[in-house]
Amino acid sequence: MSQPLHNLDFSSMYDLEIKHPPDAGGHFGKFGGRFAAETLMQPLKEIEDAFFEAWADPAFHEERLDLLKNYVGRQTPLYHAKHLSAEVGGAQIYLKREDLNHTGAHKVNNTIGQALLARRMGKKKVIAETGAGQHGVATATVAAMFNMECNIYMGREDIRRQAPNVFRMKLLGANVVPVDSGTSTLKDAVNEALRVWVATCEDTYYIFGTAAGPHPFPLMVRQFHTVIGQEARAQCLDQTGRLPDVAVACVGGGSNAIGLLHPFYDDHEVRLVAVEAGGRGLDGNEHAASLAAGKPGIIHGSLSYLLEDEEGQISATHSISAGLDYPGVGPELAAMLENGRLQLDSATDDQALAAFKTLTRCEGIIPALESSHAVSAGMRIAAAMNPDQTVLINLSGRGDKDMGTVFELLGDELGGDQV
Amino acid sequence: MNNPRIANVFQRCKAEGRAALVGYLTAGDPDLVTSRKLMLALAEQSDIIEIGMPFSDPMADGPVIQAASERALEAGAHIQDVFEITRSVREAHPEIGIVLMGYANIPYTMGFETFSERAKAAGADGLLIVDIPPEEGHICDEILAAHGLDRILLLSPTSTDERIRLACNHGTGFIYYVSLTGITGADMGDMDEIRIKTAHIQSMSDMPVCVGFGIKTPEQAAAVGAFADGVVVGSHFVSQITANSGEQAICDALTASALAMKEAICGATT
Repeated sequence: MSQPLHNLDFSSMYDLEIKHPPDAGGHFGKFGGRFAAETLMQPLKEIEDAFFEAWADPAFHEERLDLLKNYVGRQTPLYHAKHLSAEVGGAQIYLKREDLNHTGAHKVNNTIGQALLARRMGKKKVIAETGAGQHGVATATVAAMFNMECNIYMGREDIRRQAPNVFRMKLLGANVVPVDSGTSTLKDAVNEALRVWVATCEDTYYIFGTAAGPHPFPLMVRQFHTVIGQEARAQCLDQTGRLPDVAVACVGGGSNAIGLLHPFYDDHEVRLVAVEAGGRGLDGNEHAASLAAGKPGIIHGSLSYLLEDEEGQISATHSISAGLDYPGVGPELAAMLENGRLQLDSATDDQALAAFKTLTRCEGIIPALESSHAVSAGMRIAAAMNPDQTVLINLSGRGDKDMGTVFELLGDELGGDQV
Repeated sequence: MNNPRIANVFQRCKAEGRAALVGYLTAGDPDLVTSRKLMLALAEQSDIIEIGMPFSDPMADGPVIQAASERALEAGAHIQDVFEITRSVREAHPEIGIVLMGYANIPYTMGFETFSERAKAAGADGLLIVDIPPEEGHICDEILAAHGLDRILLLSPTSTDERIRLACNHGTGFIYYVSLTGITGADMGDMDEIRIKTAHIQSMSDMPVCVGFGIKTPEQAAAVGAFADGVVVGSHFVSQITANSGEQAICDALTASALAMKEAICGATT
């Protein structure tokens, strides 16, 4: 490209070096890899080759980062939540405002990158799975912009609890395909999208929504989301003169967590905390805490922690937030847990809902229920720290999509019948 | 070759001038008692039987085999039942080839060492795991070989020559050529294309090449049997379970349909 599309100094703002890469087969330690059906091995290799070729091409980043700035609205602010910090009475809490991205969550960082890759590969159609609908909306959005045919696979149960996002996807021109198999949630939507992709990979690109799945998705999705942590790192240094003491993100598949946390990988003074969905409590079976309560297993193309029964059948999960309601987790987070870099925490449905209310009332920011898990744990961690310390929380999405769920739970308390 | 039994099957078929019939059913479908009877009935007509291990998330299977897995799990099928059904088939048919087919997480969770030991003891000859391509064989190849179990690998229309060589180098027993880029039970692709690709794979390997995915009629079985070393029929047999009601009716329909496939294959010469 002869004319720069942008006015960003990319070389100083974003580090394009691929740090802590997996091995050539996509393994992070013993995790990851490409446990895929033969039919998908060649298409996955083609995506891998196209990704590395694109990543080495300055023109790819020029267009990607221009879209991230002028279409998505990056960089997103880092907000010192003074009122929330005062309410907690411990460390200073800083919120990385991914909720302010176009489409309302971090997911679009990845869909922009993958849609550009799809176009580069000459694919005219895209498919995606979605749980909460945020990735589906982010995919439908870029498909509309790039004029690509778009099919989104979504569990029927998730369609029910995320109705506004379903409507948004349809408005954007996507076809939302209900999935009735298994538990009718995110894992089944992934199964169905994989089945469809097996049959259509010649002209169709699968925009995988999280940093899981077969190689190269965990690496690629991470690379597209590290803008979160790279910005936050620079913003922390700028606003506080130092790195945060703790960085906190919620984990379902792990895309916002790896995006925030990975750029701090080598900053050993920064504690990295992943917050899983504790559902109705980790002592029972109704949660989605794969890292805390699962064990290594193979699903959806990679080896990672999994919630499963003693014979390896995948368990049904539960979370108040559809986006965390997934029995697996990205392989790199599993590797970071095993090598000691990552610490685990969790928040139950009730704790997430309480954090949702607190943040809304203290700061006038309505978070997504997924992000509310990070807020809950972040508040708890901050409470045990000193006022001169800082806790960075990834506010990965906004709560507009959750109004229906929250109304059902809190409507009465607020005089819901009069709303 | 990790195990002579499967090799012997193909030798016998070759001597008879025909392709092998490879039949698939999911263990435990529709319930444990019926499943054992159906498996034995199918084994009567088959040269090799693929015993499906039910899995909660059968990503590479179409609606027919997905539903079979769900029925089996709802009926309470456990991996121990898969081994017991395997044992029954082995006792009734000392010379048949038996392949356990399914997804990685089941043997991985048990541990490949224990799994292989139990599979071998039950009478299995090989393992076909859809989501362990040659590249990930490091988690199981040596263990399977040590237990004398064949590692059956898949090839598909998207497999490049490089991938064909990879499968031929890492696989044993036979190559399972998935004749279309799709999930199990979809419609068959173009027969000429399948024949050309099969011949190409045969030219690159000494291993027998079985062709499957989408074979529903004896005519298709005969057409495939004319050039392939084996004809795999799966979804069509499984669909007899829902197309008929009552154990006897299902069993009769399955036998009739397997017999028709077998006769069609025997009528076609390789």
